[in-house]
Amino acid sequence: MIRLTVNGQQHEVDAEPDTPLLYVLRDDLGLNGAKFGCGLGQCGSCTVIVDGQPVLSCLMPVSVLSGRQVRTIEGLGGNAVQHAFAEEQAAQCGYCIAGMVMRATALLEQNPHPSEHDIREHLSLNLCRCGTHMRILAAVRRAAGQGGKS
Amino acid sequence: MNAVLSRRGLMALGGGLVVGFALRAEEPARPGSLKETPSLDAWIRVAPDGRVTVFTGKVELGQGIKTALLQVAAEQLDVPVAQIDLVTADTMRTPNEGFTAGSHSMQDSGTAIMNATAQVRGLLVAAAAAEFGVAVETLTTADSTVRAADGRSVGYGTLAAKLNLHVDAEPASTLKDPATYRLMGTPMPRVDIPAKLTGGPAYVQDMRLPGMLHARAIRQPSVGAKLLDFDAGPIEAMPGVVKVVREGSYLAVVAGKEWQAIKAMRALEAAAKWEETASLPDQATVLDLLRGLPARDIPVLTWKGEAGAPVKRLKARYTRPYMMHGAIGPSCAVAQLADGTMTVWTHTQGVYPLRSALAGLLRLPVEQVHCIHVEGSGCYGHNAADDVAGDAVLIARAVPGRPVRVQWMREQEHTNEPYGAAMIAEVEGAVDAAGNIVDWDYGVWSNTHNRRPYVGGLMLQNAALPEPLPVPPPAPIPMPEGGGERNSNPIYAFPNAKVVSHFIPEMPVRVSALRSLGAYLNVFAIESFMDELAEGAGADPVEFRLRHLKDERAKAVVSLAAEKFGWVAGKRGEGRGFAFARYKNLGAYCAIALALRVEHETGHIRLGRVVAAVDSGQVVNPDGIRNQIEGAIVQAASWTLYETVRFDRKRVLSRDWSGYPILRFAAAPESIAVHIVPRPGQPFLGTGEAGQGPMAAAIANAVRDAAGVRLRDVPLSAPKVKAAIGV
Repeated sequence: MIRLTVNGQQHEVDAEPDTPLLYVLRDDLGLNGAKFGCGLGQCGSCTVIVDGQPVLSCLMPVSVLSGRQVRTIEGLGGNAVQHAFAEEQAAQCGYCIAGMVMRATALLEQNPHPSEHDIREHLSLNLCRCGTHMRILAAVRRAAGQGGKS
Repeated sequence: MNAVLSRRGLMALGGGLVVGFALRAEEPARPGSLKETPSLDAWIRVAPDGRVTVFTGKVELGQGIKTALLQVAAEQLDVPVAQIDLVTADTMRTPNEGFTAGSHSMQDSGTAIMNATAQVRGLLVAAAAAEFGVAVETLTTADSTVRAADGRSVGYGTLAAKLNLHVDAEPASTLKDPATYRLMGTPMPRVDIPAKLTGGPAYVQDMRLPGMLHARAIRQPSVGAKLLDFDAGPIEAMPGVVKVVREGSYLAVVAGKEWQAIKAMRALEAAAKWEETASLPDQATVLDLLRGLPARDIPVLTWKGEAGAPVKRLKARYTRPYMMHGAIGPSCAVAQLADGTMTVWTHTQGVYPLRSALAGLLRLPVEQVHCIHVEGSGCYGHNAADDVAGDAVLIARAVPGRPVRVQWMREQEHTNEPYGAAMIAEVEGAVDAAGNIVDWDYGVWSNTHNRRPYVGGLMLQNAALPEPLPVPPPAPIPMPEGGGERNSNPIYAFPNAKVVSHFIPEMPVRVSALRSLGAYLNVFAIESFMDELAEGAGADPVEFRLRHLKDERAKAVVSLAAEKFGWVAGKRGEGRGFAFARYKNLGAYCAIALALRVEHETGHIRLGRVVAAVDSGQVVNPDGIRNQIEGAIVQAASWTLYETVRFDRKRVLSRDWSGYPILRFAAAPESIAVHIVPRPGQPFLGTGEAGQGPMAAAIANAVRDAAGVRLRDVPLSAPKVKAAIGV
């Protein structure tokens, strides 16, 4: 049994210790937000927040998470980033979007007034294939109180 | 007799293998997909409580089609959007609208639903008129209710209970006056976005059925690889493993949990031994190889007319490599064999053709296969969505009764999806002393752009199975839509022109439909060459295009993009580029003006401001149109700047995002502005594929302006730019 805290709730899951957090979130806890994209840490669609840091859940074994706080998009409760993404209609297929929201949330928690350069650099780990980049950037600016579309 | 070219016949049979001529005596043509599915109740039902269900054979791909169709239905019916349930492609519930492809959804399904809902509203009003004993003209509709001038009213549910909607639609409908539209033409938030922003179940990847197992396929490492004997016993004993499925060279594993399935898959990959052959071409010379393969010459057009004497003649060759769809979410499907029926939840673009293909693969009658569309990650054409459904059904058959979820791994998606075809275009043109194009000779060489499965032989698994089904030969898609020749017909008015499509049946690399098909290269070539001729004629690129355009809507889009960008005629050397096309010369008009910088030291292209103008006919959701054009601009920028599928003689080498880099945020344009030309009351023209070709050419034209070099071979990668500049 492995213990972990997700969105403030303690869970005990029966998973092999090498299981990446992603599969525990999706298969054991029934959470949809973190997505399998590459399993290689190259695309960011599995991004969650662990102890305030954006983390690639496809790479992090669940066994190292004891005593740490995991947050997923299900636990954000409609934060400013989620609202801004809705306002900007910042999704096409949307498969990457939960990962984008989590990485942007982590950025704004650490740096509430990011520059355009900060936002682009911070998000550059996360891939979007539909080409929704301009709306995602606008949403993060909006969430940071910098207005939306430039 | 009316010979009606049935698009359904074309699409359902794989785009051109068989041209379906539906010969109907004296039957008037109904609009959109009402042609193939005329019954009103196939599209719309009204429950006694007034709740409306609308059915479409098209699917949501992230293009916002659900929202747009709801807007159309709510507008024409006078029903609140929240009162409508929309059912998308399902082989037991919805009309067969072939594939969701070719920017056809609004033209086919949007038109059908607009007319069906308008006719149902007419029937409801007529029923109310009879009930009230008043003239139809005195009645009004709003909020699912018919109201009389004297204050009496009756709800749609009450009226519908007495109506028979199982009747064929009339050829003509009384549509609302576009000037009165409240929903069509107004931005509406997408109905699918909230779940995607909160972790709600939004994709087939998110399905969890009771008792569901997880499976992974072990792909052949190269085309035609033969699986040799090996001992799978130790893997069957791994934790959670339910079964190793092996049929010929087809290998898969099914387990209780997903991570267990992945570990077992990795163990099988390590244990399995394969006999491989070098079946791929030499990447370095593949374009020359294609150019030399036997081709079927298909004349596209010949124009002959009087023209001035040519004073300058130019010739150029434009090329593109194999490119990938590259969905962010690897393809996924869920299947379950129960009570003799195989039910498949799939993000295919065509549930009906896939049903036939899966039935073939399983040797089942089609009636025993049920395909239900559930959204997946964006596909951008024929990616692995269909093939993963093949895995799901083969594995589900081996564990009857249990639902099985299969998702591909990243390297499986990258190395096994059917790619967008490599292509070559060669063009020669001449201008006269007045700067008019007087001659145009264009040829395009390409494989097919459609290998979407409609029979089992076209599924990826077929070749691995012990008794493979016959594989239909590749076929061109006939004009006016075209495959490799799509948009090879110039929209410009040239006195003399000849266009020939050279269809290459032999496919050195597996290819199929990638968003915009041949239009991407043809528009890149035509719009690059227009700039080359403009330069030869000493003309401004925008003015040069306008002088060769006769279509007023085309001119309006070109002029609007130039105006909004602030294009100044004759101003050169600042990295500005312009390009324009009308998709298929039948669909949406799109012009793009942009600015970019070329970093001379590295060859990197830095995208600045991008301005687009688009005419998609009657606008339904303007924000949806903007989102699609923005997406086309960024996706085409990625294709054009970075992308090439790499392979050696045996295997594909582009196995992940490091082996196939795509555009990241740091390289996104500084800004994109999309301006829509509203066309109230005009037919829907579609939007999803209008921007890709123009974006590619606008980049190349701006690079010429910025750095003085003309690049004709996509991608315009940094090493190529650097080599061309010669620094």
